Amino acid sequence: MKFFYLVWSNLRRKKLRTSLTLLSVVVAFMLFGLLAAIQEALVGGVALAGADRLIVREKVSIINLLPASYEARMERIPGVDFATHQTWFGGIYQDPKNFFMQNPVEPEKFLKIHPEFILPADEEKAWLATRTGAIVGRRTAERFGWKIGDKVPIRSTIWTLPDGSYTWTFDIVGIFDGKDKGTDTTPLFFRYDYFDEARDQGSQSWGRGKVGWYTIRIKDPSQAAEVARRVDDEFANSSAETKTEPEGAFIQAWASQIGNIVLIVAAILGAVFFTILLVTGNTMAQAVRERTGELGVLKAIGFTNARIMALVLAESCLLAIIGGITGLGLARAITPVVAQKLAGLLPLFFLPTRALFIGLGLSIALGLVTGIVPALVAMRLRVADALRRM
Amino acid sequence: MAGPINWFSQIASITKFGLMSVPQRRGAVAATVVGIAGVVAVLAGVLSIAAGFRQAMTVSGAPDGAIVLRSGADSEMVSGFGHDETRIIADAPGIARSADGPLASSELYVIIDLPKRSTGTDANVPLRGVEPAALQVRDNLKVVQGRMFEWGKDEVIVGRGAAQEFAGLDVGSTIQVGRYQWPVVGMFSANGGVAESEIWTDAKVLQAAYNRGDSFQSVSVRLNSPETFQTFKDWLTSNPQLNVQAIRQSDYYAQQSQTLTLLITTLGYLIASLMAIGAVFGALNTMYSAVAARTREIATLRALGFGGGAVIVSLVLESLLLALAGGVIGGALAYVAFNNIHTSTINFQSFSQVTFAFKVTPRLLIQGIIWALLIGLIGGLFPAWRAARLPIAAALREL
Repeated sequence: MKFFYLVWSNLRRKKLRTSLTLLSVVVAFMLFGLLAAIQEALVGGVALAGADRLIVREKVSIINLLPASYEARMERIPGVDFATHQTWFGGIYQDPKNFFMQNPVEPEKFLKIHPEFILPADEEKAWLATRTGAIVGRRTAERFGWKIGDKVPIRSTIWTLPDGSYTWTFDIVGIFDGKDKGTDTTPLFFRYDYFDEARDQGSQSWGRGKVGWYTIRIKDPSQAAEVARRVDDEFANSSAETKTEPEGAFIQAWASQIGNIVLIVAAILGAVFFTILLVTGNTMAQAVRERTGELGVLKAIGFTNARIMALVLAESCLLAIIGGITGLGLARAITPVVAQKLAGLLPLFFLPTRALFIGLGLSIALGLVTGIVPALVAMRLRVADALRRM
Repeated sequence: MAGPINWFSQIASITKFGLMSVPQRRGAVAATVVGIAGVVAVLAGVLSIAAGFRQAMTVSGAPDGAIVLRSGADSEMVSGFGHDETRIIADAPGIARSADGPLASSELYVIIDLPKRSTGTDANVPLRGVEPAALQVRDNLKVVQGRMFEWGKDEVIVGRGAAQEFAGLDVGSTIQVGRYQWPVVGMFSANGGVAESEIWTDAKVLQAAYNRGDSFQSVSVRLNSPETFQTFKDWLTSNPQLNVQAIRQSDYYAQQSQTLTLLITTLGYLIASLMAIGAVFGALNTMYSAVAARTREIATLRALGFGGGAVIVSLVLESLLLALAGGVIGGALAYVAFNNIHTSTINFQSFSQVTFAFKVTPRLLIQGIIWALLIGLIGGLFPAWRAARLPIAAALREL
């Protein structure tokens, strides 16, 4: 620690070179932060999936509907605590770019099965009392400036009202928050009974009494696979066969539909870090080359080889860590701005804390890797040769 | 006349001199060239995803093709009308006719869950039920393996892209649809367009399997000519028996690809811009150290009479040449690594998978080289400026 000043002044020796290298490292870590946010946005939901929840959908195709009558049958299956359903509404609010999910649900069961949605008790009561009531997540409410009491018109692309129009109006009776940072607070949920009665029974007879998918809460998470199998067996050979899987697997499969995001992100990061490795490594090598004479002097006055090596490594690590922290900090600062721009496309865009720690670790690793070769060179300098080159 | 030629020969000699010293500075030079190559490779690579996707979508839309959906529907999936409406639509003016009747195919568009080869997890594969006119309504459709399915039978043909990306779609295998096994009897190609992501069968067969009664979701037509579209559209929208919208096929596919293209392009440029900024710092670093190492030599040249302007231009030229090398290497790398890589992803708007190939287009390569040259320009300009303004006497004394 007492040599900190020495290390620090060595870095300040060629200010321009050091700052340019530092800036390269900062940019690399900004990119790291950004890519971590992108990855989290696309595949992060898996970690937050309920371990005690199963998703049941129609076996042949996710767009096929299931009978609402399945709910009672599901709840009789051993291992199942209770079941509730949701349906895809396919609504547009003003502009297709303002996309967010709106689903009709069974209010009490829905809130029970999704404890990660936090709704004040009085708002829940209001929802149960208002047929056309809807609760909306904090993020969407803030995006459009909705308050409790607002009437919100949403145009469904699939379902019509009895009078033939596609525009449904909901009363906002509650705004819910998410328990974790990654909980999706963009959807809007309204009441199934209103949906079922109001949807045009005439021209959409194919939808009568049908729902999109079920969420089941099981009594014992370790029994998930077993209970899933029982559910599928129950409805096998019927007109609407089911496919049941744990929520995490469902979300993972959904994310995989996009592609192997993790691989792409890793590949890009690999390219980026390889490049800054070269840049920083080159800077360190130059720094050591220039100071051969001085290192010789240090050795002559009694610095051990190990100490010299430590000094060089400390220099490269200090550079890398300062750059890393600055870059990650900047990434953290700009993610909310980028999130705003991408609001319709990627609803959840933030930098997970886990990524910050990984980034910090990477910066230390970067410092070590770029410093090791110059450090070894410095260590092996023969004092006499070094002094001759002054 | 002697002035400019003299100037050019000055620039030529200083640049040559600079380039000859590259072997001495290979570490720094390699860092810059690799840095720029990396930027160009990532830029071209990520944007080739968007370019390939867009190409698959635009190839799909014939100029004289049109698609009719229920009014208010933003994609085929959510559209729907009954048999009677499709008959009325098929009688609209402007539709080309063949010996068998109007070139109009009433279609059903659903998805079937099949595992993706690359991840083993389920994906929304598009399954389309068509009528006999479908092959003439769409351009470029050719059965390349096996045979066309027989109308009325539980048989399917699969697009070339779908067979490549999803498991169990080889000719000769069967797919499970509910309780039934449908054999895959043929494979078709569609010039790389969206149709290649789909599985096709007879619309009547699909209606029965998906309990759709006698309803359809879209009508694809071939018009007499691109100009008759307006007549066609007006007739449909003013018809009181119908509640539909007509869109040109090319416009429809362009619309359907908007969101995904926007997402990929935004992210691609964001990442590449950050990398480019990093590369600029790397290039500045190299050129500053180049100038620092050659301070005495540059001062000597100036003392001998080489103009300050010539020095600046030569140094910038040197930086540009290095950047160009980096750009070319990066572009070549991107082409080799990414071009024609086949993949599939989910199109949120159509809720189904689209198979396509990455396309590193000449436009992308040129874009990459321009970025490289810009990086080289900025990276060379400031050091060059500084080199030209150092007082000669002081510079000559520097070690």
